[in-house]
Amino acid sequence: MKKLLTAIITAGIVALSASPVWSADADDYMTNSGGVESLRGQVEISTINKSESLKQVPRDQKLIDRNYVQQPPMIPHTTRGYQVNLNANKCLSCHSFKNAGEMGATKISVTHYETRDGMTLSDVSPRRYFCLQCHVTQADAKPLVGNTFQPVDSLR
Amino acid sequence: MLKRLKRLWVVMKSPSSASMGFILLLGFTGGIIFWGGFNTGMEATNTEEFCAGCHAPIVKEIRETIHYSNRSGVRAICSDCHVPHNWTDKIVRKVQASKELVAFAMGTISTDEKFQARRGHLADREWQRMKGNDSQECRNCHQFDFMDFSEQGARSVKQHSTALASGEKTCVDCHKGIAHQLPNMEGIEGW
Ligand code: HEC
Ligand code: HEC
Ligand code: HEC
Ligand code: HEC
Repeated sequence: MKKLLTAIITAGIVALSASPVWSADADDYMTNSGGVESLRGQVEISTINKSESLKQVPRDQKLIDRNYVQQPPMIPHTTRGYQVNLNANKCLSCHSFKNAGEMGATKISVTHYETRDGMTLSDVSPRRYFCLQCHVTQADAKPLVGNTFQPVDSLR
Repeated sequence: MLKRLKRLWVVMKSPSSASMGFILLLGFTGGIIFWGGFNTGMEATNTEEFCAGCHAPIVKEIRETIHYSNRSGVRAICSDCHVPHNWTDKIVRKVQASKELVAFAMGTISTDEKFQARRGHLADREWQRMKGNDSQECRNCHQFDFMDFSEQGARSVKQHSTALASGEKTCVDCHKGIAHQLPNMEGIEGW
């Protein structure tokens, strides 16, 4: 009796695990990405990536060349703790026309005084007030996707 | 000098002033006890919890700043920047701070709206005070003489080796809002 039971169970296990239908089913059930490959590669949506360590922004670096003519220049230094809000704008405390000379910083462009409909104001236009909307700090990070963009000849 | 000491000793020894020696001794021990209690009180009023009692919004803000969390794990607490280390200055500031008690009773900053409205004024008082003492509180930790310009960023060196080195400007002239949200900066020099 005992022997028979063991035999049946063993046969059952072998049959089930060997069956191609069963294992395909199981795979389908386990894979919830629908077979789509994403930036993360072929992984299930429910798996959690190992988190990358945070990239450090260098305190000060060389000016970063522009890639196209209208590109907002990138910020070559850290901006941690710099307040830009209704009360204060730390960026302008160095980059405004008034302060740039003394602080040895780059002046903001005159386009920053223009309103949407081309009127030139006496101070920075509200639409240009939040500097970090267009200008960003740069860390030394590998691009996630390839890019074949080439700057125009004059900028190369 | 020696003569004077001798004369003092004679006075102290003479029977009529035996009680005086005693009084001095009493005063001395009393002084020690008082001193201890006094200093403990001074210490207790230097903790962040104490300040938080009335300045809760500020204590919350400071968590995002460099003086709360940084790579070296060294912290500056309220009293490091707002209470002078030098003993006489400390007493003066503490007595001045008693004014805050009156302001507290009047509720000058008891609500967020009231605080925001008064913030510019309070910040300005702090800037004036630090301008007056050449940012002594900052210098208790950050000593100019020991700044290594080869380790600092290019922008830091440019300003520190010129305007700071020459004494033309002091720390709070350039480093406003280093530990707090700034009030409305319209019209403030350099902004
Ligand atoms: C009993 C409540 C209370 C406590 C405790 C308290 N403060 Fe204040 N503080 C006030 C009030 C109220 C004001 C606003 C004064 C005014 O409106 O003129 C103030 C103002 C200030 C100012 C503005 C500068 C100035 O000259 O007015 C600073 C700085 C300050 N407090 C720091 C501290 C620090 C640091 C601590 C802890 C060691 C602390 N306070 C503890 C009630 C308090
Ligand atoms: C690194 C130094 C530093 C530390 C730490 C610090 N403060 Fe200040 N505090 C300042 C400076 C500088 C000002 C002047 C305004 C400014 O630049 O933000 C100021 C201003 C203030 C004011 C005036 C109102 C305002 O917001 O400007 C109050 C009140 C105050 N501090 C309370 C505190 C309390 C409470 C703490 C502890 C949680 C604290 N400070 C920690 C440097 C510091
Ligand atoms: C209790 C000591 C202490 C006091 C007082 C103090 N600091 Fe600091 N400060 C530090 C420490 C610690 C750091 C972080 C160092 C690090 O790890 O980078 C720091 C960092 C800084 C930085 C660098 C900010 C950045 O983004 O890298 C500035 C600027 C600064 N402090 C200015 C001030 C000013 C201005 C005052 C006076 C109002 C002041 N400190 C008072 C200890 C202090
Ligand atoms: C003339 C303006 C000026 C004065 C005065 C000044 N600083 Fe600075 N400091 C700067 C600038 C600009 C930077 C770099 C930009 C930034 O971090 O905001 C800087 C950066 C720093 C840093 C970060 C250094 C680094 O590169 O890692 C510290 C710490 C600091 N200052 C402390 C102080 C202290 C303490 C005093 C007063 C003894 C002081 N500064 C006076 C302009 C000044």
